[in-house]
Amino acid sequence: MFETLSDRLNETFGKLGRKGRLTEKDVDDAMRDVRRALLEADVNFKVVKDFVASVKERALGQDVMQSLTPAQTAIGIVNEELIRILGAERAPLNTPDRPPQIIMMAGLNGAGKTTHTGKLALHLRKQGRNPLMVAADVYRPAAVNQLQALGRQIDMAVYEEGTGKDPVDIARNAVRFAQERGYNPIIIDTAGRLQIDERLMQELVDIKQAVDPTEILLVADAMTGQEAVGVAEEFHAKLDVTGLVLTKMDGDARGGAALSIRAVTGIPIKFIGTGEKLDALEPFYPDRLAGRILGMGDVLSLIERAQEQTTEEDAERLQSKMMKGQFDLEDFLSQMQKVKSMGPLNQLLEMIPGVGSQLRQAKAEISDDDYKKIEAIIQSMTPWERRHPEKINNPRRRRIARGSGRDRQEVNQLLAQFKDMQKMMGQFGQMAKKGKMPKNLPFNLP
Amino acid sequence: MILKRMFRRRQEPDVKMEQGLEKTRKGVFREITRLFDRAELDDELFEDLEMLLIQADVGWDVSQRLVVELRDRIEEDHIVNPADAREILRLEMIKLLELATQNRKIKLLQRGVPFVILVTGVNGTGKTTSIAKLAAYHKQFGRSVLIAAGDTFRAAAIDQIKVWGERLNVPVIAHQQGADPGAVVFDAVQSARQRGIDVLIVDTAGRLQTKHNLMAELQKLRRIIEKQIPEAPQESLLVIDATTGQNGLVQAAEFTKAVEITDLMITKLDSTAKGGIAFSVAREIGTPIAYIGTGEKATDLAEFNPETYVDSLFFGEGEGF
Repeated sequence: MFETLSDRLNETFGKLGRKGRLTEKDVDDAMRDVRRALLEADVNFKVVKDFVASVKERALGQDVMQSLTPAQTAIGIVNEELIRILGAERAPLNTPDRPPQIIMMAGLNGAGKTTHTGKLALHLRKQGRNPLMVAADVYRPAAVNQLQALGRQIDMAVYEEGTGKDPVDIARNAVRFAQERGYNPIIIDTAGRLQIDERLMQELVDIKQAVDPTEILLVADAMTGQEAVGVAEEFHAKLDVTGLVLTKMDGDARGGAALSIRAVTGIPIKFIGTGEKLDALEPFYPDRLAGRILGMGDVLSLIERAQEQTTEEDAERLQSKMMKGQFDLEDFLSQMQKVKSMGPLNQLLEMIPGVGSQLRQAKAEISDDDYKKIEAIIQSMTPWERRHPEKINNPRRRRIARGSGRDRQEVNQLLAQFKDMQKMMGQFGQMAKKGKMPKNLPFNLP
Repeated sequence: MILKRMFRRRQEPDVKMEQGLEKTRKGVFREITRLFDRAELDDELFEDLEMLLIQADVGWDVSQRLVVELRDRIEEDHIVNPADAREILRLEMIKLLELATQNRKIKLLQRGVPFVILVTGVNGTGKTTSIAKLAAYHKQFGRSVLIAAGDTFRAAAIDQIKVWGERLNVPVIAHQQGADPGAVVFDAVQSARQRGIDVLIVDTAGRLQTKHNLMAELQKLRRIIEKQIPEAPQESLLVIDATTGQNGLVQAAEFTKAVEITDLMITKLDSTAKGGIAFSVAREIGTPIAYIGTGEKATDLAEFNPETYVDSLFFGEGEGF
């Protein structure tokens, strides 16, 4: 929907062509692109203003104008500046002088506080802790039930007193309860509220005073627009927020709100939520968010997802099979299934720098249905056939087509393509042995 | 047989919407009016205006266009008085929303055919609360209402809608958590037909538009409804949180692709957010806004009116009425 900054800068500098020296005006045009990209990523307009000014200063100082690749140089500067603002180092959770560790969750309605209370509890238990979740949202219908249901799902203790009590008392009682039973940390889920709601904001202040939390996490939706700063400022002023949890990062929002909040309030970003499942909580990496705001792809996340799907031994075994030209349809199928479990293909491609924008330009739609077809065809083969695709004769092809509900042509096509692939892999193997790299690859190596 | 116009155009000013927007307008957006409170039209004014629009999440593109169009008009018509310029801007903004509102189909309630409202949106926009509001809204016209608890994913979403059902005295069709939402919807449509229900409101689990399988599930829900009632869902509603930034445009595009969104509902307008994304959606996709949500109570719902919206959120009190 939106062009990425890298696309735009390439375009802007591209227009200038090879006319030689760039002028200060050219840099100004580029800064306009930067400004626009940041605004479209929901970075707060005040933050954008300061940001562009400092990038421009650096750009002029570093002679972007003289650079052979001004677009890259400019993107590099923007990227560095983004990371600088986002905080170069990871911010861990605060540890209390003496236990228990009390974590309070706060934020607007619908940001994902209750879900992230569950996620955080699970995350901390994985580190060997024994967390207690506290249901202090007595306003939203069934909010207490929701936390209880989450508790059952992950077998986590929940403290609740129903919806008839004062949240301040609930929090205070929960801490006492936890100390008696040996729970630590204590994670308090509070009701969603508008930062302008005086009464409810005072309630948070009262909870804070009552239990003296080690950590107050502001839970914010990655899709939030320009208001993010105002909201965070207000919560911060009242509560002295110690960290930000950025939720719904598995969507396609650029997440500029996080940058704004960090820039204006200085609250460090501690976690990001990347899915509805309770294990979808990740530590925050500034470089990745910077790349995302710029639309530069997210190779690190891609590699990480790939690593989750495969072990090193698997990879080595596969590599040697490929080299020897023994890669068969069974390997192909299992590889395909691994890629598939990494997520929708379109989304994976968007993580690769450059590919995302090319895809959008070509309006290419790679459907996951194609996967299914291929899968059906291979699964209709016998194990022997999968290992010896070259021996699949016409009667077998007919049977496979019938079995998978596909056309004969589709079966033929798959087998032909696979044969080409095997041949190419064989060549790789040969060349690798001889120590040279193949020419005329279907893609360019960087 | 056509019984009655489903949505009456109200003649009197929309008191409800105005009251709901009371809190919002106290914000910085009086500044647009204040901005034009000067002796002459200078460059600084236009720069500040663009910033104010962007600050309201109107988006770079639309803000830019509004400002450029305003400057063009000022030049063409030789306008020197800032108050006149402000009026042009105000009308432009109303026109932008009206263009989309014109796409709003007049929906008719037929005897014996349940009017089905499919309610969709990303997580946390306030779908369940909005459904309670819609139920209360239709009940006030004496219509019988049934709710389908189609969010079987989020923990306790079913409990949440049941609480509302009890409060509003509206029956709820529900299965257990984790059940197939398709089965819930199927049962609900059947039940609505058997009971001769006027309005069936279908809740769905929140989903991000990037989740292909969940978007496909939504399409399936729509098909299940369509199979039993060919003209349904008569209203396919996308709920957007007013605090949403530019991603709202992507949401509108993707949900429209999946389930042919007919109308938008903008929620949480009692916050400080301006819901400026509505302008981008109106311009780029043309989806009309039908309702706005202005609080956590079941009665905090208003029919959308472009003029009230623009006046309340952007031009402060006392304008346009």
